[in-house]
Amino acid sequence: MPRVSLTVNGKPVSAEVEDRTLLVELLRETLRLTGTHVGCDTSQCGACVVHVNGDSIKSCTLLARQAEGAEVVTIEGLAAADGTLHPMQEAFREYHALQCGFCTPGMVMSAIDLVKKNPQGLSEQEIREGLEGNLCRCTGYHNIVKAIDAAQQVMHGKVKELPRAAAE
Amino acid sequence: MYEFTYHRPGSIADAVKLLAGDPDARPMSGGMTLIPTLKQRLARPTSVVDLSGIAELKGITVSGGTVKIGGMTTHAAVATSAEVQKAIPALAKLAAHIGDNQVRNRGTIGGSVANHDPAADYPGALLGLGATVHTDKRTIAADDFFTGMFSTALNPGEIVTAVSFPVPEKAAYAKFPNPASRYAMVGVFVAKGPSGVRVAVTGAGADGAFRHKAMEEALATKWSASALEGITTPQDTLNGDIHASKEYRAHLIGVMARRALAAAG
Ligand SMILES: Cc1cc2nc3c(=O)[nH]c(=O)nc-3n(C[C@H](O)[C@H](O)[C@H](O)COP(=O)(O)OP(=O)(O)OC[C@H]3O[C@@H](n4cnc5c(N)ncnc54)[C@H](O)[C@@H]3O)c2cc1C
Ligand code: FES
Ligand code: FES
Repeated sequence: MPRVSLTVNGKPVSAEVEDRTLLVELLRETLRLTGTHVGCDTSQCGACVVHVNGDSIKSCTLLARQAEGAEVVTIEGLAAADGTLHPMQEAFREYHALQCGFCTPGMVMSAIDLVKKNPQGLSEQEIREGLEGNLCRCTGYHNIVKAIDAAQQVMHGKVKELPRAAAE
Repeated sequence: MYEFTYHRPGSIADAVKLLAGDPDARPMSGGMTLIPTLKQRLARPTSVVDLSGIAELKGITVSGGTVKIGGMTTHAAVATSAEVQKAIPALAKLAAHIGDNQVRNRGTIGGSVANHDPAADYPGALLGLGATVHTDKRTIAADDFFTGMFSTALNPGEIVTAVSFPVPEKAAYAKFPNPASRYAMVGVFVAKGPSGVRVAVTGAGADGAFRHKAMEEALATKWSASALEGITTPQDTLNGDIHASKEYRAHLIGVMARRALAAAG
């Protein structure tokens, strides 16, 4: 079987795969990184989004061999070694931006790419449009949008601390 | 997915050789259409020839009133290219509204035109701007390239290497997206420039993208939304499906054409 070598969450990884193995299968089944989810067969739901060379992509629609030599970051690779959450993860927690949590890893990965590529800042409408590729079957979009808006302020250095969610 | 052999050649010549030696080999660019098709077992290629390692297929050049985009250039690269935004803003905007961010990070212009999905956006721009498709063997005018739903003038094993667009005086694209997939239910591209006045419709035709001659004639006489009044689209050549009836699509063509014209100025 062919071998694929790549970097996953900063660590070099080498594994045997079939030519038809998907990146998501390599991540979940071989590397046991099960934070990346599979929610559909049609490349539409975004539960499987990871970063490949700095871009968010759907790992269910990429062959593992297409990631040869690539830098891959999954949801497991976001928090610091001491457990400090990435500002986007922290914001999802603070704003209760999840219900069942199935779509959450993909949402977080898409949101980070979206915020990074828009240093000018995003309006609420632009955040909603930027999440076109991620579906939440619990339809928790409202809090997801709020969380991303708060996280972008931290990520762009506009505020030091995550703005707290209003008490219910 | 059925089994296949994966290849990643480093040059156009090597890719062509791999494809020529095997009638059941398939090229792959972004894989945003091909991989879902393989996953659903709708295709069974013996080998997949990944074009992403071929540097000559990537990149955008603007010179002498022409924008040339390499086949492996992603939708995201076209959407964010300062050169495309300046030369043909309508094209950058069209690319920015294909699917979603993740699809745009992988999907390419070469894959999109070779696939000729009847609901794809780029075919509208190619016909609307009078573009030229470059392959490893020849150049083909957009008017001769799209030959039917999911079919093109490409021969088996022929690779789209680039698409070149003449820079228009005015152009705009208006799309009514399917709310689930973002594909065009109807998209209309209008342009005025070196290739004359052109109106191309995608998303609606039973044979894929097509030029709307009646609208072109009216706009050539008078470049104004008022010139489109009373022009209808015959429904016999339109596509009717679960997303929209022929009648609805015919109506949307008029609405999108007027919106595109207003945006083109
Ligand atoms: C969720 C989702 C939403 C989408 N929404 C839209 C949308 O709104 N509008 C839209 O236009 N498209 C949309 N698409 C399609 C997307 O734009 C694809 O990227 C595009 O249709 C195919 O490009 P690709 O590079 O991925 O091609 P691939 O999937 O790699 O290939 C597609 C076909 O073309 C052939 N091929 C590929 N490259 C070449 C080449 N250089 N020469 C010859 N043949 C080649 C392949 O063999 C295959 O048959 C969507 C896709 C998804 C998954
Ligand atoms: S699992 Fe990848 S898009 Fe749904
Ligand atoms: S929280 Fe359940 S799918 Fe989004």
